Amino acid sequence: MASQQQDAGTGAYLIRGAAILGGAPEDLLIRDGIIAARGQNLSADGSGVRNATVIEAAGLVALPGMVDIHTHLREPGREDAETVETGTRAAALGGYTAVHAMANSTPVADTAGVVEQVLTLGRTAGWVDVRPVGAVTVGLAGEQLAELGAMADSRAHVRVFSDDGICVHDPVLMRRALEYVKAFDGVVAQHAQEPRLTAGAQMNEGEVSAVLGLTGWPAVAEESIIARDVLLAQHVGSRLHVCHVSTAGSVEIIRWAKSRGVNVTAEVTPHHLWLTDELARSYDPVYKVNPPLRTDADVQALRAALADGTIDVVGTDHAPHPSEHKECEWAQAAMGMTGLETALSVVQHTMIETGLMGWADFARVTSTAPAAIGRLEDQGRPLDAGEPANVTLVDPAARWTVDPSKMATMGRNSPFAGRELPGKVVATFFKGHPTVLDGKLNTPYRWLPETSDPAGNTGTAAAGRS
Amino acid sequence: MRHLLSTEDLSLSDAVRILDTAEEMAAVGEREVKKLPTLRGRTVVNLFFEDSTRTRISFEAAAKRLSADVINFAAKGSSVSKGESLKDTAQTLSAMGADAVVIRHWASGAPHRLAATDWIDAAVINAGDGTHEHPTQALLDAFTMRRHWSKLAGTPSAGADLTGMRVAIAGDVLHSRVARSNVWLLRTLGAEVTLVAPPTLLPIGVEKWPCTVSYDLDETLAKGVDAMMMLRVQGERMNASFFPTTREYSRRWGFDDNRLRALDGLGLKDTIIMHPGPMNRGLEISSAAADSPRSTVLAQVRNGVSIRMAALYLLLSGDTREPAAHAGTTRFHSAENTSAHAPKESH
Amino acid sequence: MVLSQADIDRALTRIAHEILESNKGSQDLVLLGIPRRGYPLAVRLAAKIAAADPTVDPAAIVGQLDVTMFRDDLSHQAMRPPYPTQLPRTGIDNKVVVLIDDVLYSGRTIRAALDAIIDLGRPRIVRLAVLIDRGHRELPIRADHVGKNLPTSSAEKVRVRLAETDAVDGVPVNEVVIEATA
Repeated sequence: MASQQQDAGTGAYLIRGAAILGGAPEDLLIRDGIIAARGQNLSADGSGVRNATVIEAAGLVALPGMVDIHTHLREPGREDAETVETGTRAAALGGYTAVHAMANSTPVADTAGVVEQVLTLGRTAGWVDVRPVGAVTVGLAGEQLAELGAMADSRAHVRVFSDDGICVHDPVLMRRALEYVKAFDGVVAQHAQEPRLTAGAQMNEGEVSAVLGLTGWPAVAEESIIARDVLLAQHVGSRLHVCHVSTAGSVEIIRWAKSRGVNVTAEVTPHHLWLTDELARSYDPVYKVNPPLRTDADVQALRAALADGTIDVVGTDHAPHPSEHKECEWAQAAMGMTGLETALSVVQHTMIETGLMGWADFARVTSTAPAAIGRLEDQGRPLDAGEPANVTLVDPAARWTVDPSKMATMGRNSPFAGRELPGKVVATFFKGHPTVLDGKLNTPYRWLPETSDPAGNTGTAAAGRS
Repeated sequence: MRHLLSTEDLSLSDAVRILDTAEEMAAVGEREVKKLPTLRGRTVVNLFFEDSTRTRISFEAAAKRLSADVINFAAKGSSVSKGESLKDTAQTLSAMGADAVVIRHWASGAPHRLAATDWIDAAVINAGDGTHEHPTQALLDAFTMRRHWSKLAGTPSAGADLTGMRVAIAGDVLHSRVARSNVWLLRTLGAEVTLVAPPTLLPIGVEKWPCTVSYDLDETLAKGVDAMMMLRVQGERMNASFFPTTREYSRRWGFDDNRLRALDGLGLKDTIIMHPGPMNRGLEISSAAADSPRSTVLAQVRNGVSIRMAALYLLLSGDTREPAAHAGTTRFHSAENTSAHAPKESH
Repeated sequence: MVLSQADIDRALTRIAHEILESNKGSQDLVLLGIPRRGYPLAVRLAAKIAAADPTVDPAAIVGQLDVTMFRDDLSHQAMRPPYPTQLPRTGIDNKVVVLIDDVLYSGRTIRAALDAIIDLGRPRIVRLAVLIDRGHRELPIRADHVGKNLPTSSAEKVRVRLAETDAVDGVPVNEVVIEATA
């Protein structure tokens, strides 16, 4: 565990002896929002280190701050489910320094005004960098393109566009969206779900749904859309991101598309890396999610795909719901699971402790790659001198039991409740400021007023709030 | 047995126990005084989120024959209340002191939710949930089959199972809770089950079920069948491309007059024809078949009351009812104290 | 051992004669045994009555009366199917019904049996015969014919073993055992 030697006032931190990306122990000096130095025994050579708060990090792993490509913060509109404040507290505690806030708020984030509002809410909160995702179509209705260019040009600098929750199923509309976002280096993040094949769908269609009498959500409804979209992306030469890939068949299609040079990236959620549709036998809606939990064969294929790079990133699809939307019949319940505070542990359990990946790979799929997809220039950077100090310190040996009532998110719908997980975030540094210290929320980062640069570099001088 | 939620997890001994108890309940139905004082002072709530007059009155008759107080609660799902209603309704019934809740619900798994949550501490009987299960229907079907099977063998039905009996179930298996409950129960009782349906009306994954699957009714009959169960074709399936027309459905998968005659030609003189009701005469079953001496349709209805009496009796008796871990424990505690002083053999 | 096989047999012979005597013959007699052990006792008594009065067909006067569904301790009953109730062909209307059970204790079983009989018909007279009366009545009920009065403590258990229901290793054992619970 980290121990602090308080020496307040400087805002400098010396992380001593952390395994950088799981490698050999080194020291990191964080000052003025950047990694000021990296090396062995920084404390020995004096001057710049003298007033720094020391964090003893022996046994801890230092990672680039995690970036979530897929978060539902619910605000504006569903503040009973989550707010930007509570959701980003959860993100910081989970090791994140940036999240992409999905567009399905109320009102929908389909105009420059709404995305700028979300950006402002995120900066006011100050726990992580909140990057709004813009809707592809007006009101997520799948009929008319939203003003993608206006959102791209807004203060929020939107680069990721998605109707997530709903599939852009009209092939012409999808083609136009893919083409149009090329004008500002955007990406369309598709929620791949053929709507007719999934009318009334409740869970994965297969052996278990047959027994439970719950309407099936067939794998083909995901795979057919992905197949179409990678061909469209190739045809128009655009960038496609596939949200929450959930089936072995989808993996095969994406692998094929990448081998043909299609500019496609793909994401998998922590829950799809572990849980299966067998859990639906309890009829407990905490296991109801979209896309649904699949079979163990799918889980294994997703793990392999994440390890070999076919799937680029882990996205939480953090989807908090008020308890009354889960304390009911399965068919009545809302779809979705919380994920920000468990993602690191679940990925450690499913990918690292299984030997499929190391911490450097972890950094790639939770930070470098998602930052690249979202075009976040100051996130997902190497932990080197001169780089922005977005750093997560993890104790990989810690074990903890998930208790949703103790989480920062307002959502109590964690499918991992009661499970013992490995790995605990000890500290999160966002722009050089510790949002999390000793595994507890510290203080938010304070942005300078009137900041116009979305990368936030002008805000560094304001780091810290005492 | 704390609840009766499905036949999938019903053991052979529990299944036979219910069938045997139902035999004794059936005997009560033949007496002049068709009432037993057994459940006097107990409250049975019929909680119906979906209309089903037949099932409700069957449970009502069963509860009343056992002298229970019956409350009918037609909570036909208003979509406005959005699921909150199940929890609120359950807590309301709990506060009113319901001892057993008979629940019919359009949502698969709703009875499991009642049983698994702490919303209510009462025995839960699934009276049909969505397209999942309808265990008392399967039990009454098995009861009807067992009486027939034992009569043919010339042995008493009490204690018997259905080993060796060939049962075919034809129709909309995909949406049928009756088919599901029957497949699991008949497997447990040792019968050989064949499902006959158009491929569109079979669930993906049916190949893992403990039964044979066929698309051809005539071929199934030709192989020999001791009980032929026809499932109701729901009206709303007809316009959803599950089959081209009702005429074609009835020709290929209905039990029509030709197939009724074919039974004689195949030498299947003891084959019974079953239907859970209500029937679509002329669609999945012809009038001649429904009214033939082979038909057990009315016996099934009669046996339904006996099975439901047995289920209510077994769930509300016995020392298997653990005291609840929350509110309302006092009445269980006082009962337990009594038991400590009154040995079983209190003659 | 309180009653040996021979003791049981002598007691039943005496009860059979008492029944005939109090009924002034075998006219309208119906013996209803209460499961489980009351029924084999009823069968034995019917045989002894037939031995004393050759006009009696023992099978025609014996029946079984299950009282499970009439008990007042529902939540403590073992979860099992009730035993079948089987009346003699003649029914019980206007008959002299003798209820037969192995042990008379609280009286609650007999209370349940009386309720069960009333739902089945209207006997002229109902009498009660038991092999053992161990006392501790909780209801105003007494037996007309008793094989043996056995003073017990309520902490003790009285168990009757009969060849028909309790055969062990094929050896018929007729005995009454008092087992003091620890």
